Amino acid sequence: MAEIGLNHYLTLSALVFCIGLYGVLARRNAVGILMAVEIMLNAVNIALVAMSRYVGPGGQPTGQIFAIFVITVAAAEAAVALALLIAIFRTRGTVDVEEINLLRW
Amino acid sequence: MELYLIFPELVLLLCALLVIFSDLLGARKEALAGLAVLGLLIAARLAMELVGPDKGGVAFAGAIVVDDFALIFKFLFLVSTLLVVLASVEYVERFEGVAGEYYAVLLLACVGMMLMASAQEFITLYLSLELTGISLYTLTGLLRDARSSEAGIKFLLLGAVSSAVLLYGIAVLFGLTGTTSLPQMAPAVASGFQENRLPLLLATALLMAGLGFKLATVPFQMWVPDVYEGAPTPVTAFLSVASKSAGFVVVLRVFHTALGRDPLAADWAAIFAGLSLASMTLGNVVAIQQGNIKRMMGYSSIAQAGYLLVGLAVVPQSGVSGVLFFLVSYTVTNLGAFIAIIALSDKLNSDRISDYAGVWQRAPFLASGLALCLLSLTGVPPTAGFFAKLFIFNVAVQQNLLWLVVAGVLNSVVSAYFYVGVIREMFLGAPVDRTPVAVAAPVALALFLAVAGTFILGVFPGPAMSVASAAAGSLVP
Repeated sequence: MAEIGLNHYLTLSALVFCIGLYGVLARRNAVGILMAVEIMLNAVNIALVAMSRYVGPGGQPTGQIFAIFVITVAAAEAAVALALLIAIFRTRGTVDVEEINLLRW
Repeated sequence: MELYLIFPELVLLLCALLVIFSDLLGARKEALAGLAVLGLLIAARLAMELVGPDKGGVAFAGAIVVDDFALIFKFLFLVSTLLVVLASVEYVERFEGVAGEYYAVLLLACVGMMLMASAQEFITLYLSLELTGISLYTLTGLLRDARSSEAGIKFLLLGAVSSAVLLYGIAVLFGLTGTTSLPQMAPAVASGFQENRLPLLLATALLMAGLGFKLATVPFQMWVPDVYEGAPTPVTAFLSVASKSAGFVVVLRVFHTALGRDPLAADWAAIFAGLSLASMTLGNVVAIQQGNIKRMMGYSSIAQAGYLLVGLAVVPQSGVSGVLFFLVSYTVTNLGAFIAIIALSDKLNSDRISDYAGVWQRAPFLASGLALCLLSLTGVPPTAGFFAKLFIFNVAVQQNLLWLVVAGVLNSVVSAYFYVGVIREMFLGAPVDRTPVAVAAPVALALFLAVAGTFILGVFPGPAMSVASAAAGSLVP
């Protein structure tokens, strides 16, 4: 059994990213889409930390720091998203993206 | 300490906090707008101090760079924010008690964009991108009606997905080069091109997709019409100029600094040529069918992004000065058009183009300002839009991209149809009611400044062009 290395982490990251992307495209509930986006961002974090550990600049935790910033920003983004969703729920009583369709071509 | 290099941003940040506190303490809306204008003017004055040879520099271990290229964008963002603040003094009535937050968040978005212009390292770049992004999502959803919230959530979800895609591209580039600094990345990208061609192209494609969303180019344009229609009109104006310029500053910096060496540059230039053709064609053709003026301007901005991308499709990097001049002229022109639309839509209480019938008789100043800006967007001399297109197409002709220029010129002809359609409605249509439309003084001033800019750039493009060339020279020597 080979030791777990960079390729394993990158494969995991790519898989998680694709799962997140699928969730964004397939989910109908806006909160579900938001969660799927968070999954995509976490896939990026896995890749960043793995890259930093195996091929990054010697001794400097650049990738890890980047990942912490990504997590922070994602939290801020989620706060704004939930505020908007509450506003939408108050006026329409739903957060289903199929029914949030006042704006159309 | 090199802290003085970010003094303009710090002042704006402070000003944003001051606006929020004054709002809490019950300051009047006009006072808040005045405070925001004051902050922007002080920031511009401080940024002026950084202009000139050996004034700029690099700060924070290479994360921030202040060069001519960054500065021209900083002024562009300051001017657009200033005009938007002036133009929204009447519109803020609709925000029902969140006018203070509106001005504060607008300033924060401006801070983010100014940092974006200076960012030379991916972590800084990402953070400033998101500072701008989150501010813009908030602004889009600020009206308490169903359309505004819907536009906000659509913008946010698509924006977050595009950020994730962009980040994945950054992660791949980081893995290939072992650094997040753009200038340090360049040699590693160039030397590793042969063995890493596929991952490099993948990273480039992911970056293009993530940033294409900010530029609003095909095929990442689907959010534009919805968000433009649903957002408060001053925010739409801000999005159409400042957000687009911010997208372009990042694209120019990243692609020319980190990925700018052949043969990779030839690869992405070819892709940008394709995106350019698709954007201008789709934008113009779909804009013709729009009945809502904000939606029409949305598709028009997609088309304008297409013209701008012509400047990225040319190698080796000769298109940068053309892009800069185009962005400057597009900013004043499009803002002028939007300021008139803000004032008119607010008074007519409608965004339908058919309701603009006969506006000429009710508001001659607004109607003629809007008409002039629309002519400039079409590219009619002697307006800024004419020279913008001339310069950018001229470089493309020299680089044997004749097919793209022909497509661009044909597209301009198509675009005349819907731009002139609005003008015809305003001047020849019969008004339903004839009461004159009053214009507040700050709005009139903002419109006057924008229209004057459009004219001056159209009559004397020389000085602006030499500034643009100098700025381009600091990016690609």
